[in-house]
Amino acid sequence: MAQAQTNAAEFTVSEISGAIKRTMEDTFGYVRVRGEVSGYRGPHSSGHAYFALKDEKARLEAVIWRGAFSKLKIRPEEGMEVIATGRITTFPGSSKYQIVIDSLEPAGVGALMALLEERRKKLAAEGLFDAARKRPLPYLPRVIGVVTSPTGAVIRDILHRINDRFPLHVLVWPVRVQGDTCGAEVSEGIRGFNALTPGGAIPRPDVIIVARGGGSLEDLWGFNDEVVVRAAAASDIPLISAVGHETDWTLIDHAADVRAPTPTGAAEIAVPVKAELVGIVDDLARRNGTGLLRLIQSRRTELRAAAAALPRDLIALPRQRHDMAAGALGQALRSNTQTHRGRLQAASGRLHPGMLRQGIHMGRERLAGFAQRTGRAFDVISQRHRARLDGLSQMLDALSYKSVMNRGYAVVRDGDGAPVPRAAGVSSGMAMQIEFADGAVDAVSLGGGGKPVPAGRRKPKTRTKPQTPKQGDLF
Amino acid sequence: MTEPQPKPVVEMSFEEALRELETIVQRLERGDVPLQESISQYERGDKLRAHCDKLLQAAEAKVEKIRRGNDATASGTEPLDVE
Repeated sequence: MAQAQTNAAEFTVSEISGAIKRTMEDTFGYVRVRGEVSGYRGPHSSGHAYFALKDEKARLEAVIWRGAFSKLKIRPEEGMEVIATGRITTFPGSSKYQIVIDSLEPAGVGALMALLEERRKKLAAEGLFDAARKRPLPYLPRVIGVVTSPTGAVIRDILHRINDRFPLHVLVWPVRVQGDTCGAEVSEGIRGFNALTPGGAIPRPDVIIVARGGGSLEDLWGFNDEVVVRAAAASDIPLISAVGHETDWTLIDHAADVRAPTPTGAAEIAVPVKAELVGIVDDLARRNGTGLLRLIQSRRTELRAAAAALPRDLIALPRQRHDMAAGALGQALRSNTQTHRGRLQAASGRLHPGMLRQGIHMGRERLAGFAQRTGRAFDVISQRHRARLDGLSQMLDALSYKSVMNRGYAVVRDGDGAPVPRAAGVSSGMAMQIEFADGAVDAVSLGGGGKPVPAGRRKPKTRTKPQTPKQGDLF
Repeated sequence: MTEPQPKPVVEMSFEEALRELETIVQRLERGDVPLQESISQYERGDKLRAHCDKLLQAAEAKVEKIRRGNDATASGTEPLDVE
């Protein structure tokens, strides 16, 4: 197609870009833009912050130069609905435009509240607000650390109230209580107090008060900062938060061990009234003394009562018995000795050699008597036995067959020497022996036995035969 | 009696000392302490009282401001006059 002839002006790229830049910056030199913060990652190391504002359909690159950033009332946060005030600029070199933000404000309280609630839930889920994390405040702190602005009514109110109650050592950690750096400074203060070593050059506080006066939600926004909440939760030193008025709640209030309604209230919570403590101690000391005295007194009374109840003659009677017995003891000993001595003398008086001689004499007489009687008795017995023996001897002689033989009788014996008392025992021709008083002769039988022999002629054959006449004679 | 080894008084916090002093006073006032023990209890009570006094007197009235070092730590203090 042939080149169309036109009267339209011809721009170079630079010219058109420069024209656009002028138009844009003239037209949008001061604008308020409402949008949601997107892609915010904090300030760049240069101190400038780059992000975007967006809504449902469009997106606008945004930058906050370092100088403006430090003056912001609130710090931009991802997702935060804001109203940015600034101007539009373009980069002709890359055909881009952006808004340079001078100031930033939340797009209404509702937006900020929604953000706050979301963050509260997130931190609560981490357990930072748990009741179990809360520590008791010291009863009597010696050093109090206050994280607040060193100027203004808040620190003055706190110091006044502390002095009224119990003047003690107060350390103030100066911080900015609003603005972009507020959160960082407050968290530094909390951590800084905790970092002090006990007994070091700077005394470590026993309790920390984080305080700020009342203000708008945006004014107090630094105390909702996550770093502040984490520092408060991590504090080893018990922490009292007193930010804003009683109706203002910030996230540090949830993480603190105690939330005071006001800075003055924080001072009252942190510090007891010295006069009361002195009174309590004095009262206890006095009661300690009187308690002991009363106790001793009551024990003394009990002792007296018990002593009074003791029977007085409980010991007296036994003592009297003892005394009497002790007095009689010597006398009794002496008389006992005398009694025994008397018996000894009586016994020893009767003891002399004559007693022994008399006994010996009597024994000897009895012995002599026995000797005489023994001799006589022996003679009597002896004579009696001899007489009897004589009698028996005569009787024996009288009875002996030999004496019969002296009167003419003989004894016939058979060949064996056995006596033959009867004629029946003699057979014819039997050899016999006839014994006479003066000797024996051998004989032979001429006939058998059985033929009676005349009495005078019959030869004695047995001892028995001659005995009969003898006995007859005796009778 | 049933208490474990008593803590040395000088190591006690004000609150601990005060609480034990209260306990001792209550027992002495009830009068159910043996006489010998009551005297040692009284003496301990007296020590506790002195310790409490000391802690109350030891608190010094001083207001200082932290001077921050470069690394955001406390490097020292200086008097703070807020008036």
